[in-house]
Parts: sequence; structure tokens; C-alpha cells
Amino acid sequence: MEIEVNGKKRTIGCRTAFELRAQLGSESDIVILNGFQIDNDCSLSENDTLTIIRKGVMPDQEELESMMTARHTPAVHKKLKLGRVAIAGLGGLGSNIAVMLARIGVGRLLLVDFDIVEPSNLNRQSYYIRHLGMPKTTALQNQLEEINPFIQIEIRTVRVESGNVAELFANYEILCEAFDKPAAKAMLVNTALEKIPHIKIVAASGMAGFSSSNSIKTARPMERLYVCGDLENGAGIGTGLMAPRVQICAGHQANMILRLLVGREEI
Amino acid sequence: MKLNGKTVVLKKEQTLFEFLTVEQFDCTTIAVEKNGVIVSKTEYENVWLSDEDTLEIVRFVGGG
Repeated sequence: MEIEVNGKKRTIGCRTAFELRAQLGSESDIVILNGFQIDNDCSLSENDTLTIIRKGVMPDQEELESMMTARHTPAVHKKLKLGRVAIAGLGGLGSNIAVMLARIGVGRLLLVDFDIVEPSNLNRQSYYIRHLGMPKTTALQNQLEEINPFIQIEIRTVRVESGNVAELFANYEILCEAFDKPAAKAMLVNTALEKIPHIKIVAASGMAGFSSSNSIKTARPMERLYVCGDLENGAGIGTGLMAPRVQICAGHQANMILRLLVGREEI
Repeated sequence: MKLNGKTVVLKKEQTLFEFLTVEQFDCTTIAVEKNGVIVSKTEYENVWLSDEDTLEIVRFVGGG
């Protein structure tokens, strides 16, 4: 029977996953069958995807990609690999969303931000001390290349204005709005909906403070506009932005983007 | 008129801009869709509202 083992098609003679592991490796190797790590032996069928990982050993480049994607459902991974997502704003939302999209293997990401990494960013944004003073675009690109070297990353270190929205984002199917200031959020959403007829937008509104996690939701107020957040709690004097709720909101946005990439439009 | 899924009564003929002003919306932080079509900010003063219209107003608050 023919199955895929560590990214390569192979014709095999054995009938179970553990028999094959005994042939190719040792008992301590991790076995992932069609996206699920198995502890008990399972029989194999035609076209199964099997990944056998030896702990603590760095695989070659070719094997690495199949091992990294082993926990994804196989058909889902192929769709994500074809996905094109632009992220506008690389702060608490955008930097964390980019990390999640890189981890799930979205094939092409555009990262846009004009700013540099500052000490006040580290309370919630995906940067480190060593990034202070660097443009957020390059600091984030460096992290994503370490997380997943098998995706394409484009960066633009510019301020997004109504005049460059179409030029920046028209080649992308999904636009993630991850700005901080409400007027910038509204400008981007208005301009993209008007000027880029096909684009779907996943935006955010309301994630400041530390009120209940459960008030953060995903809504779809317009055909091509999704909004994540509690819609109320804005950042202001006396109400700071804190990592947990910002990341909950980022998780909502990333998951909605994932759903759109696999063809699920409902919230 | 329908506003964000709820019925509201328009007291008089008015433009979208007048409606937003009375309802105290900040025009710089919202997106407005009328009958499924995004309304350009430059058109707020030229768009007239009627009972048959469906409006969707999304308000953005700060933070990210």
C-alpha cells in the first residue's frame, strides 16, 4: 500500500503504524497518524499520512516541514499553504496574530507597520528586549522565520493612510486590521471596503483592561467585515492594555482568519 | 428604519450626517453600511435616510 511517511510517498509492506516505526526508528519515536499523535498501535490504510519523529534530533530541511505540519489535518494544511493574509499594525494584536498564522502555516503574510519596538510594547506584544529600537516589521519577520521557515513573508515599513490602502492590500484575500487608534481602524476598514471589492476584513474593537474574557466575541456586522472584541472597552487614561485580553482578542481574529482560509464564512 | 438589527423611528427626513450627529456618533471612528453597501465618509452629508433603509454602524474603540 502507498502512504506518505515524513513528507514522502512510500510503498510499504507492513500493516500498522508501530510496525513501520520498528522498521524505520525506535520505540521512543513519536508517531503522528493523519494529524493525531497516537499512543496505541493503529492499522494503516491507503493514502494515510504518517510522521515519525525522533526526539531531540534535528531533521533535514525536507523532513522538517512535514514534521512541523504533522499535527494539522492534512487537507487543512494544503489550503492554509495557499492562503494570503495582510496584517496592518504589528502591536499587541498584529504581532501575536502573525505568530499564530505562521505556526499554522499560512503560506504568505504581509506585515505592515511604520513604528519601532519600544519598552512599553513588551507588556503585550510579541517582541523581546533584543528587538528594542528595531522596526517592528523586521523584528517580527525575524521571529517568524525562526518559527516557520516554510512561509513567505513580505514586510512594508510604512504608515498606512487612505491613499496607500489599495496599493498595499489589493493582492491579499484577507486583511487583518490590528491598529491601536480608533480613527486609524475606521479609516482602514472604510477605505478597504470601498476600494478593494473582494477583500475580507477581520478587525478588532474593545479588548482593554481585565474584565471578563467571555465578553470578547467575534461578530460579522457586514458581509465582508468581521469584528472581534467586546466592542466597548477602549484603551484610555486609567484603562491599560494587558496581555491576556489582547491575546484573547488576537486569538479570535486569528481563528476567524483560519476559518475564512478553509472556506468557513460564518462566525 | 433598521439600525444594527433593531427598528428605530425616524422623526423627520434627514441625512445620514444629521442622524449620526443627533445620535452622538463620532464620524471619525465608525464605518457605516446602508442597505448592504459601504457609505463613503465624503457622502455622509449627501445620503438621505428613509424608513425602508437598513443601516449598520460599526464603532471602533482604541486598543491593539
